[in-house]
Amino acid sequence: MPESGAQVTMRVWRGDADGGTFEDYQIPAAEGMVVLDVIHRIQATQAPDLAVRWNCKAGRCGSCSAEVNGKPRLMCMTRMNHFAPGEPITVAPLRTFPPIKDLVTDLSYNYQKAKSVPAFKPGPKEADGTRRMYQEDVDRVQEFHKCIECFLCQTVCHVIRDHEENKPAFAGPRLFVRLAALEMHPLDTNDRLGLINQQSGLGYCNITKCCTDVCPESIKITDNAIIPLKERVVTEFHDPVVWAWRKLTGRKKVELPVTSG
Amino acid sequence: MSVEDRFETHEYDVIVVGAGGAGLRAAIEASAQGAKTALVCKSLLGKAHTVMAEGGIAAALRNVWKEDGWDVHFRDTMRGGKLLNNWRMAQIHAQEAPDRVLELEEWGALFDRTKEGLILQRDFGGHRYARLAHVGDRTGLEMIRTLQQHAVHKGIDVYMECTIQRLLTDDGRVSGACGYWRESGKLILFKSRAVVLATGGIGKIYQITSNSWEYTGDGMAMGLDVGADLIDMEMVQFHPTGMVWPPSVRGILVTEGVRGDGGTLKNSEGRRFMFDYVPDFFRAETAETEEEADAWYADKTKRRTPDLLPRDEVARAINTEVKAGRGSPHGGVFLDIASRRDPEYIRRRLPSMYQQFRELADVDITKEAMEVGPTCHYQMGGLRVEADTAATTVPGLFAAGEVAAGLHGANRLGGNSLSDLVVFGRRAGLHAAEYALAQSVVPAVDDGQVKATTSAMLAPFETVGGQNPYTLHADLEACMQNLVGIIRTESELEQALDEIGQLRERLARVSVQGNRQYNPGWHLTLDLHCARIRPGESPVQPGLATHPRPALDADRRRGCHSLGDRAQGESRRAHPRRLPGPRSCLRPRERRDAPRRRRDARLPGAPA
Ligand SMILES: Cc1cc2nc3c(=O)[nH]c(=O)nc-3n(C[C@H](O)[C@H](O)[C@H](O)COP(=O)(O)OP(=O)(O)OC[C@H]3O[C@@H](n4cnc5c(N)ncnc54)[C@H](O)[C@@H]3O)c2cc1C
Ligand code: SF4
Ligand code: SF4
Ligand code: FES
Repeated sequence: MPESGAQVTMRVWRGDADGGTFEDYQIPAAEGMVVLDVIHRIQATQAPDLAVRWNCKAGRCGSCSAEVNGKPRLMCMTRMNHFAPGEPITVAPLRTFPPIKDLVTDLSYNYQKAKSVPAFKPGPKEADGTRRMYQEDVDRVQEFHKCIECFLCQTVCHVIRDHEENKPAFAGPRLFVRLAALEMHPLDTNDRLGLINQQSGLGYCNITKCCTDVCPESIKITDNAIIPLKERVVTEFHDPVVWAWRKLTGRKKVELPVTSG
Repeated sequence: MSVEDRFETHEYDVIVVGAGGAGLRAAIEASAQGAKTALVCKSLLGKAHTVMAEGGIAAALRNVWKEDGWDVHFRDTMRGGKLLNNWRMAQIHAQEAPDRVLELEEWGALFDRTKEGLILQRDFGGHRYARLAHVGDRTGLEMIRTLQQHAVHKGIDVYMECTIQRLLTDDGRVSGACGYWRESGKLILFKSRAVVLATGGIGKIYQITSNSWEYTGDGMAMGLDVGADLIDMEMVQFHPTGMVWPPSVRGILVTEGVRGDGGTLKNSEGRRFMFDYVPDFFRAETAETEEEADAWYADKTKRRTPDLLPRDEVARAINTEVKAGRGSPHGGVFLDIASRRDPEYIRRRLPSMYQQFRELADVDITKEAMEVGPTCHYQMGGLRVEADTAATTVPGLFAAGEVAAGLHGANRLGGNSLSDLVVFGRRAGLHAAEYALAQSVVPAVDDGQVKATTSAMLAPFETVGGQNPYTLHADLEACMQNLVGIIRTESELEQALDEIGQLRERLARVSVQGNRQYNPGWHLTLDLHCARIRPGESPVQPGLATHPRPALDADRRRGCHSLGDRAQGESRRAHPRRLPGPRSCLRPRERRDAPRRRRDARLPGAPA
């Protein structure tokens, strides 16, 4: 960890949609500092127009995502003592999204994709007018609901990281988590498997688990969301028994046990 | 050329400014009523303060304690607010909160469950029974995501990273709003029949705060500018438990859920000092011994632990302990759950706290005590609204959430904000839509108002005063922190007003570097104008950074507003003079013109 008072060199990407460069800033280190603090120091003392997003400063809102020394991270949860003293620390915007200015990128892709997810649609209430769900049944979905929409998983996924052309056909791990949350919600009755199969691009994912590795909420994206979704799609569309059952009964949604990961 | 040709212009029945819980719920309701609705926010969608809320949402669902009911919730809210609350708001809130929570469940929210499969509720300060529906310690996230997704599917137009700078009026009625896109710095104009303000609070004028950059009181300032009333502005809540170490995380919130789930406050001598600070007002219902306090968690016939007194009491007690030299090494006190609950329980109930301390402070809360101290948290004051309709005094202008005042009186109870957002957010959306749809003509936009706003917005680019907006903001925070903190004295409040006067002059000399594209230095300068250290001409004075002025009225000391040199007023009886209404926040000139408020009706017979 850099000693308190020692200078650290921050190499911050400055630029916009037309291009940019890394610029060096010297900043005195203080105890307990996180990368976001240092960026704020730079703003306050050397570069007042340095663009950065943040809100909670506590890993809750998912606004401050950036690539620190090449790794996608939340700047507010990345302590400076994480890095070897003496070496410059680079901070760059998320590579998968178009740059707007400095550390701020255009995240509209994620918001657009979210719009395409069919809404939650609960079934009828219990006879006594309540909704009964047991903790065991909601645990898995609550894991998915921890998502803070930092989009670190989206930025790291190789399917879209350097492949702009895949974006229209690929929802990305954040959306897989959301789809899984809806599919496994004990009350939901909406059928999304067709969409998942055809439009979400689930098939592009080859389970590299890079998304799981960067998730600050430790959501097991691949094991708990993606793989069970893939299994459901396989059963739904490629399992002859299920296919015949649907033909016979006319029922759309087939209840399957949640696969634990 | 009219302003509408020069700027990007949109027309709506209702625009909702702010996309936290209150704004989202308002937009959903307005749109459901058939009003063409837009939602505008400074940050990205889903990043508003509401996302940070931890402990839970208060509603007398009666899933854990059958003895609970709206009347008990009402009573707790009124007592917590030292009876300065608008009782009608407190009544509506307590009665409607359960329906609003169940509605969130209908929309997909998954709260923690009881053994019977219903929504689990937890204990919190000032609530007689375990009442807070929650999801671990990330309730706000669940709530905002649920509302956000619901809104997205309702086809509401969302304008993100778009800051509203001013409300427009036509002959005393609201006619729209104007502001700028953060990304491009370009101006944007909304014409609308009604506006709902849901912009949140003011906490970013303090140094040690749990609030983000967004909390510069924009809604209060904009409402004030068009003639709405502000009330109770001196009532700023300091949450007793914020992190104190390391310095860079100072102020980050430690949820009251830690105490709700069994944690207890201790001083450097290991004493549970809260037993020494039980005020008479709460003595009858507070445990006197540690045994009784500990038994209360499971047995509600026992009296409650003083660790869970309302926040103003606990914050003052911590302040006193630290000043008396019984604090922790870094100027706080200890919050201990490690020695009282097993690690598995702590990690399950408080996962974010566990992670926050482990990653930011190298503290394992399942093994050691946390160090905590007060942090600026919530503004009870704000725009005066009518209880049933959330209407301000300006036709067409509605307000809900932290920007509105009345429900919480002199001190808000934990969990009562999230429920406030959905109860009054819904009502604001409903009545804004009704109002808008009843207007036969779209009010006109006054070119002069738009031009004045745009030239004021662009002025800092031309100013050559050399003042740095970040330094100015830091000085404002220091002034408020040091002079307008938990315990206030008249002389310090006078000094604060002086210093704010100087800051105001310096603000006129701020120069902004760079261009209009996503420029935080410029944005901060504009936000500082909102924080009402506006240069010179401000038509109405008692704004945010100037809340010392009403605070100087010593008759108002109660709840979160303590004057150190006087005894704390506690109840109406202890406080014989009539409560000053919103008019006392105004300068004599405005006071003359302000409408008189009927004396608060008597409280209905105190429920059990
Ligand atoms: C750390 C923390 C924990 C908390 N925990 C709890 C809890 O457990 N229980 C509880 O009940 N309460 C809790 N609270 C309080 C509660 O979260 C807030 O009071 C509440 O979320 C405020 O909601 P809101 O809808 O009024 O505003 P916010 O959620 O703050 O939203 C304000 C919105 O207004 C927008 N905005 C502001 N100014 C402008 C402008 N000029 N132009 C355009 N848009 C603008 C912002 O972008 C944002 O979208 C907590 C608060 C904090 C900080
Ligand atoms: S596991 Fe799939 S979704 Fe995740 S990063 Fe790899 S390819 Fe992308
Ligand atoms: S799944 Fe994890 S990494 Fe992806 S957006 Fe959500 S919190 Fe971030
Ligand atoms: S600022 Fe909220 S996650 Fe970093």
